[in-house]
Amino acid sequence: MNEDGHWLTLLGRLDLHAFPFVRAWEDPTVSELIGAFAGALVVVGAVGLVALLTWKRWWRPLFRDWLTSLDHKKIGIMYVVLAGVMLSRALVEAVLMRAQQSLAVDAPGIVAPEHFAQLFSTHGTIMIFFMAMPFLTGLINYVVPLQIGARDVAFPLLNSISLMLTGGGAGLVMLSLAVGEFSTGGWSGYPPYTGKAFQPGVGPDYWIWAVTLASLGTTLSGINIAATIYKKRCPGLHLTRMPLFCWTALCTAILMIFATPPLTVATALLALDRYLDFHFFTNDLGGNMMNYVNLFWLFGHPEVYILILPAFGVFSEVISAFSSKELYGYKSLATATMAIGVLSFTVWLHHFFTMGQSASVNAAFGIATMTISIPTGVKIYNWIWTMFRGEVRFTAPMLFALAFIVTFVLGGLTGIMLAIPPIDYVVHNTVFLVAHFHNMLIPGLLYGMIAGYMYWFPKAFGFRLSEGWGKVAFACWVSGFYLAFMPLYVLGLGGMARRSQALFEPDYRPWLIVAACGAVLLLSGLVSLFMQLFVSVRDRDANRVPVGDPWDARGLEWSVAAPPPEYNFATIPRVDRLDPFYWRKERGEAYRRPARYADIVMPKNSWVGLLVGFAAAACAFGLVWHIGWLSLLGFLGIWIPVVARSFVRDVHRTIPAAEVEATERLWLERAHAARPVPRERETEPDNLGLARPFPAQVTA
Amino acid sequence: MLEATPAHALPVRAARRNRSLRRLASGLGLVALLPLGGCGVLDHGMLGAAGPVADQTRGLFLLVCAILIFVAAPVLLLTPIFAWHYRLSNTKSAYRPQWGFNWPLEGLIWIPPTIIVIVLAVFLWRDTHALDPYKPLASSHPPIEVQVVALDWKWLFIYPHEGVASVNELAFPADRPVRLSLTSDTVMQSFFVPRLAGQIYAMAGMTTQLNLAADAPGRFRGENTQFNGVGFQNQKFAVLAQSNDDHAAWIARARAGGRTLDPAAYATLAARSVQPEPVLFGSVAPNLFRSILARNDPGLHAAHGHHAHE
Repeated sequence: MNEDGHWLTLLGRLDLHAFPFVRAWEDPTVSELIGAFAGALVVVGAVGLVALLTWKRWWRPLFRDWLTSLDHKKIGIMYVVLAGVMLSRALVEAVLMRAQQSLAVDAPGIVAPEHFAQLFSTHGTIMIFFMAMPFLTGLINYVVPLQIGARDVAFPLLNSISLMLTGGGAGLVMLSLAVGEFSTGGWSGYPPYTGKAFQPGVGPDYWIWAVTLASLGTTLSGINIAATIYKKRCPGLHLTRMPLFCWTALCTAILMIFATPPLTVATALLALDRYLDFHFFTNDLGGNMMNYVNLFWLFGHPEVYILILPAFGVFSEVISAFSSKELYGYKSLATATMAIGVLSFTVWLHHFFTMGQSASVNAAFGIATMTISIPTGVKIYNWIWTMFRGEVRFTAPMLFALAFIVTFVLGGLTGIMLAIPPIDYVVHNTVFLVAHFHNMLIPGLLYGMIAGYMYWFPKAFGFRLSEGWGKVAFACWVSGFYLAFMPLYVLGLGGMARRSQALFEPDYRPWLIVAACGAVLLLSGLVSLFMQLFVSVRDRDANRVPVGDPWDARGLEWSVAAPPPEYNFATIPRVDRLDPFYWRKERGEAYRRPARYADIVMPKNSWVGLLVGFAAAACAFGLVWHIGWLSLLGFLGIWIPVVARSFVRDVHRTIPAAEVEATERLWLERAHAARPVPRERETEPDNLGLARPFPAQVTA
Repeated sequence: MLEATPAHALPVRAARRNRSLRRLASGLGLVALLPLGGCGVLDHGMLGAAGPVADQTRGLFLLVCAILIFVAAPVLLLTPIFAWHYRLSNTKSAYRPQWGFNWPLEGLIWIPPTIIVIVLAVFLWRDTHALDPYKPLASSHPPIEVQVVALDWKWLFIYPHEGVASVNELAFPADRPVRLSLTSDTVMQSFFVPRLAGQIYAMAGMTTQLNLAADAPGRFRGENTQFNGVGFQNQKFAVLAQSNDDHAAWIARARAGGRTLDPAAYATLAARSVQPEPVLFGSVAPNLFRSILARNDPGLHAAHGHHAHE
């Protein structure tokens, strides 16, 4: 074997030109320099993180308390942290794209076409698979067991594996910044463009394997969440007594189980095309790319509801809590949720009305699509009527909820337009479509996730977030949204194709400049969120809510300390109706010492999830670069810990009753010593998390 | 100059009712769009319709906009009113924390949206069929046939009856409807002339169809809207609706140019490149469109090759 052969065995197709720094050195254009800068950020960020962990001696706590933990609360928090990191990157990419389009009207702009295509592909892939999915999975992970009176999810180790697989996929996307390139085929990766004939490089392979890892993680999460809700509810908590967030989590989990496998199949078949010369989706030898498109949207449309339903759940909780009122129409909300779940599988074809199928087929799918707007509209009215005869407080999460209702309705209207095939024909693939789905996902997902994050943050960390910065963030996210996306509706009606690196129509320019300003405002919204976190951590001692119920809320999660003990509930609660904690407070039964404490058995930490995630990422990296030995090693690395784990008998640890009693006594003493705060003062430092019951009936 | 007549041939009364409804809807829709008035950007799309298909689509769009006002208005009004009236600091507002259901209200929440969807569904069914891209447009003149091949990053238009072809320039007489058969010799693309008609995909090994027409002579922008690589943003083409004389002159110019689109010329053309200026071909290899299609369709190979299985 000659020297080249050795290198091929060792490094596959990885060579110096894989590094953006080398490319920028050889060809120092603005576009390449931006790429090199982004790659450098990844490297500097990684080095900086390692230095910080070493300097602060945080390595051991990081592994012991977090990465190997099977506690659903910690896994939930790690998911949200992952979402925050990925959101930052993808939002910066969005600003870069908006800047490019506003500069590139009859001009080259700053980003080359190839680079621009990678930007919109990573932006979409990250926002869906590595921002939205981790964020909502994280919230569900944290909140659902607490809401159903459980101590953990049904399968704690599987939970850790799901997290680490998603993390591995996210790591792969980040690595593509510093090593190689990413796909230019968009987040949906349509072949044959993503096939070997048109993109022989590593880009689509990065996309395939990152999405595959994420989709496997999601399927496992779905199984876990559904099993948790079916099997781990506390006594008396019938399905119809669950908080609405649990209903949406259940529906999302079911959708995850049924909708994600088509995606895994689609990416697997595409991988076979690329690696082993199969012809599922190629132009020649009987391949048909429309099979991919059907598979992808068979996943893709339910995915929209996977994303939006948990946010619906959050809004239901937030609006009810900050109106100090029972949710209006609980049963119709739960029914509407499940109806949306079923209908979401019947509409995938509306993503390609322009494929050339018959008018009747298009019309049938168009009508099915509009049908979904009925249960969705019902939900909107349920939230509005929840405020009716309530006591509404305009806290940051509530403001996000109100902005959601108004903005989401506008997105719904354009959704109905797109559901009508003849109208779709003239706005499909234009920025009108881009405006529409951002109009659904920014209010309908991101506002919900941010509202949920702010609402449950005091529960998770024991102190409230800064209201002031929360409102600044709100102002930026809402005004930024309108400025960034309303112009795109206009441009789309003017026939502007999406994914355009340059434009040749001077009339587009003013609208594109407004949209770019909006994108900058959205980025300020993210910066405000980080400022809020920073300020709140700094001032945490003034904002503690140890008793655990800062918002006078209604579900079981508020009935325990903030932050909750590892075991969540010292004794498993019994529930006799909806909103159990509200009624316990009404009857004066809250914060009572149970008759006796018992030992609590909790899962021990495990390295399996971490090893599986790392090995899966290594295997995928090897596949991307055709490094055989690394793929094989990674593949073995996935299965060896899983098999080894099945021989381990000692997987539980017991928390003695005395320890539980000591923790609980401390908390109950605090609760009894705390002064109850009225709702007028809930954002003041004297809110220790003990709510003063509202005077039950205020006369009109 | 004759104008192409609208495609639908509904009974007169229904058509009149329909037209007045449309006019009302157009009026309402225009009011809604007034803030955007004066901006030229909308003239580049379907709202600046220059042909019967785009015109009918615009009518449908404005009708839908008008109906949707009734969907949006209650939400946009009630949300701020309720939130503000029932704010904590308003001690005069009622407070009923344990009220959470009411049957008449439930009816009000479920039934009107259902009715609106049913109404929209009727329009949807009717207009999806009326505006089916495969449906020939009604006209007193026979349609002009054009075969369209999507390439990276350019469009090839073959005129089988005239025996000429052009790249990035679709020309036709303004008084005749155009009947396009589309395929792709590369990745999937989406053919779009915003001011004349809607989009249709062009896919390798498959044929799709699109019918369009212009009201009057004019020059319009056509484009591919499906991303297909680094030349995507440059893949625009000119659409020329011409007077009969101009069109005859255009054909004559193509023939006089003397270029031949034979397999060798086609191979050069099909390579991935951006084509800044339109090109005309005076003659085209016979059955070029069919052979492009057959390259990517094993079914066509089998049907026209040697019947080995017999």
